[in-house]
Amino acid sequence: MNCVLGPDNILYDTVLFREVYNFVGQVLPCWLSWFVAGFVIIFLLVNAVLLGAAAFSWMERRLIGKFQNRLGPNRWGPFGLFQPIADMVKLLFKEDLTPGTADKLVFLAVPVAMVAPVMLMLAVVPFAKDTALANLNVGVLYILAVTSVTSIAIFMAGWSSNNRFALFGAARGVAVLISYEVPVVVSLLGVVMLAGSMSLADVVSAQTLPFIIVQPMAFFVFVAGTAAELNRTPFDMAEAESELIAGYHTEYSGIKFAMIQAAEFGGVMAASGVIVTLFLGGWEGPAAHWLGWLWFLLKTMAVAVGFIWVRATFPRLRIDQLLALAWKFLLPVSLINLLATALEIYFLRDASGVLTRGDLGIMTGINLALMAGCVFLFGSLVREKVRPVAPGLPPGVTPVILPARESPARDLPAGETD
Amino acid sequence: MINGPNIRTEPMTVNIGPQHPSTHGVFRLRVTFDGEEILQVEPIFGYLHRGTEKLAEERNYTQVVTLTDRLDYVSSMINNQAYCLAVEKLLGVEAPMRGKYLRTLAAELQRIAAHLMGIGFILQDLGTLGTPLMYCFRSRERILDLFEMLCGARITVSYMRPGGVFFDAPPDFWPALEQFLRDFDEEYKELGQLILENEIVMVRTRGVSYLPLEAAINGSVSGPVLRASGLGWDWRKVEPYDAYDLVEFDVPVPPYNPAGGDNYDRFWVRVQEIRQSVRIIRQCAAQIEPGPVRAAVPLVLRPEPGAEAYGRVEASKGELAFYLVSDGGISPYRCKIRSPSLLNLTVTEHLLVGWKLADMIVTLGSVDINMGEVDR
Repeated sequence: MNCVLGPDNILYDTVLFREVYNFVGQVLPCWLSWFVAGFVIIFLLVNAVLLGAAAFSWMERRLIGKFQNRLGPNRWGPFGLFQPIADMVKLLFKEDLTPGTADKLVFLAVPVAMVAPVMLMLAVVPFAKDTALANLNVGVLYILAVTSVTSIAIFMAGWSSNNRFALFGAARGVAVLISYEVPVVVSLLGVVMLAGSMSLADVVSAQTLPFIIVQPMAFFVFVAGTAAELNRTPFDMAEAESELIAGYHTEYSGIKFAMIQAAEFGGVMAASGVIVTLFLGGWEGPAAHWLGWLWFLLKTMAVAVGFIWVRATFPRLRIDQLLALAWKFLLPVSLINLLATALEIYFLRDASGVLTRGDLGIMTGINLALMAGCVFLFGSLVREKVRPVAPGLPPGVTPVILPARESPARDLPAGETD
Repeated sequence: MINGPNIRTEPMTVNIGPQHPSTHGVFRLRVTFDGEEILQVEPIFGYLHRGTEKLAEERNYTQVVTLTDRLDYVSSMINNQAYCLAVEKLLGVEAPMRGKYLRTLAAELQRIAAHLMGIGFILQDLGTLGTPLMYCFRSRERILDLFEMLCGARITVSYMRPGGVFFDAPPDFWPALEQFLRDFDEEYKELGQLILENEIVMVRTRGVSYLPLEAAINGSVSGPVLRASGLGWDWRKVEPYDAYDLVEFDVPVPPYNPAGGDNYDRFWVRVQEIRQSVRIIRQCAAQIEPGPVRAAVPLVLRPEPGAEAYGRVEASKGELAFYLVSDGGISPYRCKIRSPSLLNLTVTEHLLVGWKLADMIVTLGSVDINMGEVDR
């Protein structure tokens, strides 16, 4: 049997696959080893997403409870840790309704189309050194492509439900996703230029200084765009609970709803992982060789908590304001960032095209100054529309009190009674 | 609307409610949208009609108090007050001073509670997950605790009676009130930090859904919605009842804008009125003196036949009035309720047409209707 994956194979760089294949290849036939190794990867992926979603749903409910002076789930397990299991069991046993007028096939396909991109997204994220499930050399591009699938799923849901609120949500969701795709892509170009590679593992190893400080504007644009693509407040247009009931998934119930919800929660975890990889140094940290997974997990949790915090605090923007933010603020800022980064790299790199830590430090200074300038510039454009609130009555305004009026006696024409 | 050889669009009619998370009860709007923009709107109500006016004709004058609790169930105290004032006018009696002060104090506490709910739900409609709402509810709970000390009930209080109030405040009520006012200063500041200068709240509410003063007056609009349009019309000032002529307070009015009051103005008026209510409560607590709390009225009230009276108060949502006619029996011959929420809805079309779906929800929140009162 002795199956060994050769270096010419496309999956050779995927260390986990290679190791599993070589290990089981000692006893199994080669074609079966392929399946076993593939199955191991899929098993890990599915469970990473589902466990991530479960952990995130517990964390969100618990933390939002704290934010709102409530307890949050605390009944089952220590600190209510098993609450996601209870949720899942409840949703599994609920009646799975399909509206009579729905487009059944499309309606059924939506939960799958929602969950799949999340799993695919996690496949290229390196959890620690050499542990990406698939070490693609076009990882960044792949992530951008895969996350766009969500917009199709949202529109499928809105269209097939035959519900006007769902249609509203779907139309909004697609408008938001298409608009925010542009600044997100442009902002990532700076990161790709700095790393000189689209592979996520290379992006991590290029971060001798975390890119969050080298590319602060790109970080801001990417986080805002990610929040919009994940339907998180203040950009949760497609769901907009107070306006559209539940937006595009209004008609979903039971296990289908559970899957959509898992995709959303898992999506936040996956997106946090991508943010950590691209901007926060991924698995880098003290003793990264042994504890890389821990640093990755902690950083991911921190980013996810940030998302929760924003959700617990901010109101929602209106759809036109949201699109204006994307086209009038985020896109110019990301273009400025792209131009600045390109010039900086052109002038700072040495003959072999390598950027040292010192170079990155210089770039950090320039980019931070540039960001302050951009915030000031765009802020002064926006601020004039906003009136500050003085405590008490505004100066110069006295309460207007009209004097009490005597109601005049009504003169009725002669001969008529009231 | 876009129409061309290859594309054809048409307006879409959507029923918002009666089951919808932000219609504040069983309220229904039939709205025609062009995309997100509102072309036409028709308010439909009556889902919570319980025949309060007819029920009042079957109960004696004291029993009707319990019905008024259930009108605008977030401001029961003020409803009690309006009805009791009407009956007192009918009988020609007046509450003793301590009763008057207790009624003013309870009504102002209730106004804070009701405005807190109004503010909280505007922010909920703006899309916050409920954090500001829970902050508002935290203070409201304290007020309901105080009501529990006064009369044993929290929502359906039935605290006031024709001729005064039912019970005097227990001795431990006053330290509890003092403690609440102290804590509330902090909580109000915290709430203000969370919501008042939030830029998203500003851009979502400034310049949206103007209500010109003329339209407001023509539509019989009253309360914070009218004052937000620039007229300081408040029945507590214009025609003081109970102890309102003995206390000092201001009527907050935003700077006059010819275009009218927008959503932020309506929101702002409520926030400012809470401060004024705290002022009134402090003065009441300082000025109140021992004495009887209820005038000597018989157990079963029988006003003169043919007597009629119109008792009105400035409720949390506007002018609330009871018009009572007596035929000499033990129950009113006719009891007409002028409810502010219903009359504030007369300007719905003016407020909503031309704005977007997201604005519509916030505007409804800023008008602050209560279906128990609209349908009666």
